[in-house]
Amino acid sequence: MSLNVESTPLTAVLAPPPLRLIDDTGQAVAENESGGFTLPAVDTLLGLYRQMVIARRFDVQVTALTRQGRLATYPSALGQEACEIAAVAALAPQDWLFPTYRDSIALLTRGVEPKDILASFRGDWHSGYDYHQHRIAPQATPLATQALHAVGLATAAKLKRDNTVALTLLGDGATSEGDAHEAFNFAAVWQAPVVFLVQNNQFAISVPLDKQMACRTIADKAIGYGMPGYYVDGNDVAAMYAVVSAAMDRARRGDGPTLIEGLTYRIEAHTNSDDPTRYRKAADVDLWRSRDPIERLEKYLVAQGALTEGVRASILAAAEELAATTRDCMTEQAVVDPLELFEHVYSTPRTALAEQRAFLAAELAGDALASAVATEKSTR
Amino acid sequence: MSPQQALDTGTAVRAPEDLTMAAALNAAIRDAMVDDPTVVLFGEDVGPLGGVFRVTDGLYAEFGETRVSDSPLAEAGIVGTAIGMAMYGLRPVVEMQFDAFSYPAFQQIVSHVAKMRNRTRGKIPLPIVIRIPYAGDIGGVEHHSDSSEAYWTATPGLTVVSPSNPADAYSMLREAIASDDPVIFMEPKSRYWSKASLSLPVQTEKLNRAVVLRAGTDVTLIAYGPTVKTALATADQAEAEGLSIEVIDLRSLSPFDDETVGVSVRKTGRAAIVHEAAQFGGYGAEVATRLTERNFFYLAAPILRITGFDIPYPSPKLEEYFLPTPDRILAALSTWEWS
Ligand SMILES: Cc1ncc(C[n+]2csc(CCOP(=O)(O)OP(=O)(O)O)c2C)c(N)n1
Ligand SMILES: [Mg+2]
Repeated sequence: MSLNVESTPLTAVLAPPPLRLIDDTGQAVAENESGGFTLPAVDTLLGLYRQMVIARRFDVQVTALTRQGRLATYPSALGQEACEIAAVAALAPQDWLFPTYRDSIALLTRGVEPKDILASFRGDWHSGYDYHQHRIAPQATPLATQALHAVGLATAAKLKRDNTVALTLLGDGATSEGDAHEAFNFAAVWQAPVVFLVQNNQFAISVPLDKQMACRTIADKAIGYGMPGYYVDGNDVAAMYAVVSAAMDRARRGDGPTLIEGLTYRIEAHTNSDDPTRYRKAADVDLWRSRDPIERLEKYLVAQGALTEGVRASILAAAEELAATTRDCMTEQAVVDPLELFEHVYSTPRTALAEQRAFLAAELAGDALASAVATEKSTR
Repeated sequence: MSPQQALDTGTAVRAPEDLTMAAALNAAIRDAMVDDPTVVLFGEDVGPLGGVFRVTDGLYAEFGETRVSDSPLAEAGIVGTAIGMAMYGLRPVVEMQFDAFSYPAFQQIVSHVAKMRNRTRGKIPLPIVIRIPYAGDIGGVEHHSDSSEAYWTATPGLTVVSPSNPADAYSMLREAIASDDPVIFMEPKSRYWSKASLSLPVQTEKLNRAVVLRAGTDVTLIAYGPTVKTALATADQAEAEGLSIEVIDLRSLSPFDDETVGVSVRKTGRAAIVHEAAQFGGYGAEVATRLTERNFFYLAAPILRITGFDIPYPSPKLEEYFLPTPDRILAALSTWEWS
């Protein structure tokens, strides 16, 4: 129940238009409306387009695999490609990314193999990629907790005088969590080289943003912490890239954190087990489908003469190839050794775990007697 | 006392001095910071003030703002940022001001500190020490006397320890800081002012071991942290009455030292555990169960728990009725049939 049943949500009434560099129709906005940001070069935009198309193909493929029951779950980022890809494109190699469950396409774009991304969703292990190679933290499930990790890592980098910046992705709902507030505040007080990118996809599972907060925008909150905030059209990859890059530069210069809100929309269900017809209208989804971030950029690039049929065909081919790789990695049998369950809990072996491991090993060997002896030994 | 020897750090052994537990903890952090430049310290009031119990006294002046800092007042923030720092190669030592004020950090501790190594198949270890002043007997108002150990010992991935004397305080904290695993370091507040003459650096028993503090033949009395003193007093009193009590200081709650405790229990055939925390679902329940499962045929009587009552920790004027005392322990032991 909303405790404020009478009034119209402030978020809807008062929010200013978000910052954009390319509008809905694929036209560059006038320079005096671009908030001081410069439209990225056409080559840069073409690169972002390519990554968005490939990311979407991956996302659609994985959603299909989930519907076939071959993955335990998959939170789709369909429609959020501009935010996800801009975030990764703005990172330098030494930077760290702190993603959530929603941000698998960000991992893909930073170079994580499909099979390593899917390790967690198909249930092999809780997480399955090389964090240090990619400089990506494990995808966080407890909401907003990873924002504090990003602030801590960024602060450590600052103490070591490295020029590493941490970027963390958050959902709109997650900004209600205490950890988000604490992260914003710690970052500002410590002047941590960190960028908070909130993907406002307008829902936290079923709950719309006006039930999360009573202020106009999430970006407005930045002023309360003493850092700059930007309210950006999250379906305009040009604007997202320009703003995130500027925030990364600012952090790298030692000028502290930035809070960026990308206004976008979650086209798919929250996860495969969600039923969005219970809480939103098909017409709303259709409206946001018509604001597709990839189509918008496509119009611009075609008008610029940068996206020829040949280029488009090669991008689509690369996307299909990735989809095939993604399907293929599902046919490989992942070897998960039950005895590994005991391996990584502590740095040094514990007697109690060794006993339990011996029990499971005997049980697996089908050796009821040995398993009973292991139990008996451990109970002696 | 636990066996003492010089800690092998290359640091010169200093002349013996009378140190409180708080001062020993302070020296441990200081020496660790001197030896290892990746050790950083932060929390609420740990800077110029030196912490509300003065455990971090002088460290801000010695190491400066980059290594010792007052953080904003938010426990999830303290532990959450410590995680990020540990991911980047630092060894954070953080302070929760009081036991009950660690609860805002519960999610960060239970969902990340404890699980990160396992989640990442060992690729992201978290060498973090979370210091928690705990337990009562200091006349504290509400929220200042909780014994929260069972929340942490119930969580796989955490190492939970509690020293009972200044020598162990120094040695165990040094080892906790050097550990690649996260350690919940529970400091019994009522023992902060207890004194011992120590030549630092000192190394006592290994972090994961229990010690027999006083040998005995009739009963194994198991204690940790604040109740070790109570257990020793009980043994003194019992001796006068002709009962020989062996006192074990667990030191490490997780892992539990089955071996040391088991040897004692198989010798005496009787065991009791003392803690301040409430009884139901408390740490003593695990100790009693494990010991029974493993030593049933050596036991002459059921294992007893002498603990706080199953109520919220009382106000200062009433805490004396709550805390286990030697009399209460001896009364409990007298309920056994002695043949
Ligand atoms: C601390 C916590 N509470 C609840 C959940 C369950 N949960 C998972 S996703 C979600 C909605 C999050 O919404 P938002 O932050 O907007 O991110 P989105 O899923 O839209 O990307 C909830 C409530 C959780 N993961 N963590
Ligand atoms: Mg959302």
